[in-house]
Amino acid sequence: MCLAVPGKILDVKECNGSRIARVQFGGVTREAYLDFVPDAAVGDYVMVHVGFAISRVDSEEAERTYRLLESLSLLEGEGLTPAEDASAE
Amino acid sequence: MRFIDEYRDQRIAQGLAAEIRQRVTRSWVLMEICGGQTHTLMRYGIDELLPPQVELVHGPGCPVCVTPLEMVDKAIEIASRPGVAFVSYGDMLRVPGSRSDLFHVKAGGGDVRVVYSPLDALKIARAHPERQVVFFGIGFETTAPANAMAVWHARREGLRNFSMLVSHVLVPPAIRLLLGSPHNRVQGFIAPGHVCTVMGYREYEALSYDFRVPIVVGGFEPLDLLEAIAMLVAQLEDGRAEAENQYVRSVTYPGNRSAQRIMEEVFEVGDRKWRGIGFIPHSGLRLRPEFAAHDAEKVFDLGALSAEEPVECISAQVLQGLRKPVDCPAFGRRCTPETPLGAPMVSAEGACAAYYQYRRHVATS
Ligand code: SF4
Repeated sequence: MCLAVPGKILDVKECNGSRIARVQFGGVTREAYLDFVPDAAVGDYVMVHVGFAISRVDSEEAERTYRLLESLSLLEGEGLTPAEDASAE
Repeated sequence: MRFIDEYRDQRIAQGLAAEIRQRVTRSWVLMEICGGQTHTLMRYGIDELLPPQVELVHGPGCPVCVTPLEMVDKAIEIASRPGVAFVSYGDMLRVPGSRSDLFHVKAGGGDVRVVYSPLDALKIARAHPERQVVFFGIGFETTAPANAMAVWHARREGLRNFSMLVSHVLVPPAIRLLLGSPHNRVQGFIAPGHVCTVMGYREYEALSYDFRVPIVVGGFEPLDLLEAIAMLVAQLEDGRAEAENQYVRSVTYPGNRSAQRIMEEVFEVGDRKWRGIGFIPHSGLRLRPEFAAHDAEKVFDLGALSAEEPVECISAQVLQGLRKPVDCPAFGRRCTPETPLGAPMVSAEGACAAYYQYRRHVATS
């Protein structure tokens, strides 16, 4: 329910006082309202929840977190594959 | 996909799990609040990657699960009336009310529609002026700004046939209730990253201070959750109790002011009943009186509905982290996602459904 998905802003149009973006999530493109992220621009990544962008993804912070995490990864191994969905059978 | 795939890296997950193993010297009970996080933990088997000293219990953070039975009954009552188009997020359709569910209303010819965004409900109202369009406004702080925006637009446009049945809940009052309970076992919390994207984490700092409990705002991917757990374990082992932010790529300390402003303009804080938990003061949002023309509870005369939970369902204890879904005698037997007895078995984010879907019942029974 509180899921928000990061996607990239492809373009922005203005409609009735709201900025509406086309946002790309992997292979899928959807509309998202930018009312809550007035600074977001084409090329930015935004977190989208029920049709609204709720944050602009801070890519510098994201990279810093990731590099920190990567430096921890001294071990090799398996164990993080998504479990089979039992109910799908 | 960027900002997703890199947070599912197995090598890094193993590194984080090893770090947690090295740090831990005694047993700790941690709770993730948000049902989306519960789902990730089960899906990627993160509980099984952790050392046995770190126990995860699952919190009440599934809005579908905590929507009170009376509200579901009200939704069913409204949706059954002629001339109404009842619009909802998909998960609510199969939530059992006291006698039926929305899915049965739809199957019986009722106009019940599922949408992705509350703005889709507005579009239906504009296109069908002859119908009363009612949107089921549920969710936590993450969803409240979007729902508020829909009501705000309806009022501005003078859309007379759009109303919202509001059953919004707020996370911090529920944490306060859990921490104040004499039965509480939880020693550290993963705070919900998208709720905090909207609200920031000032309120969680206050909780951490008042109850001397570590709280880490966490994201939704496996590495986010493992890092949040590592940060909690580090705090607990060091004897610290602070509010920290793991999900820095989306969450700032003050949160999203634009989203908060529209929430404040449209909603006010009120008392709310949580399914399975009961009445929690100041734990919900309702429409402000200026928006009464769009408040479904005022537009429709519903009378007083009261309802009792099925006795078999122990969801009250599951939602408070006191017991696990597998402790419920009905789990996987009388209660399955196809025939749910309680709401936590309906939503993919409910703890019971997550355990069932990822075969935790096979592993434990
Ligand atoms: S398994 Fe079903 S009956 Fe048992 S607590 Fe969960 S939802 Fe309720």
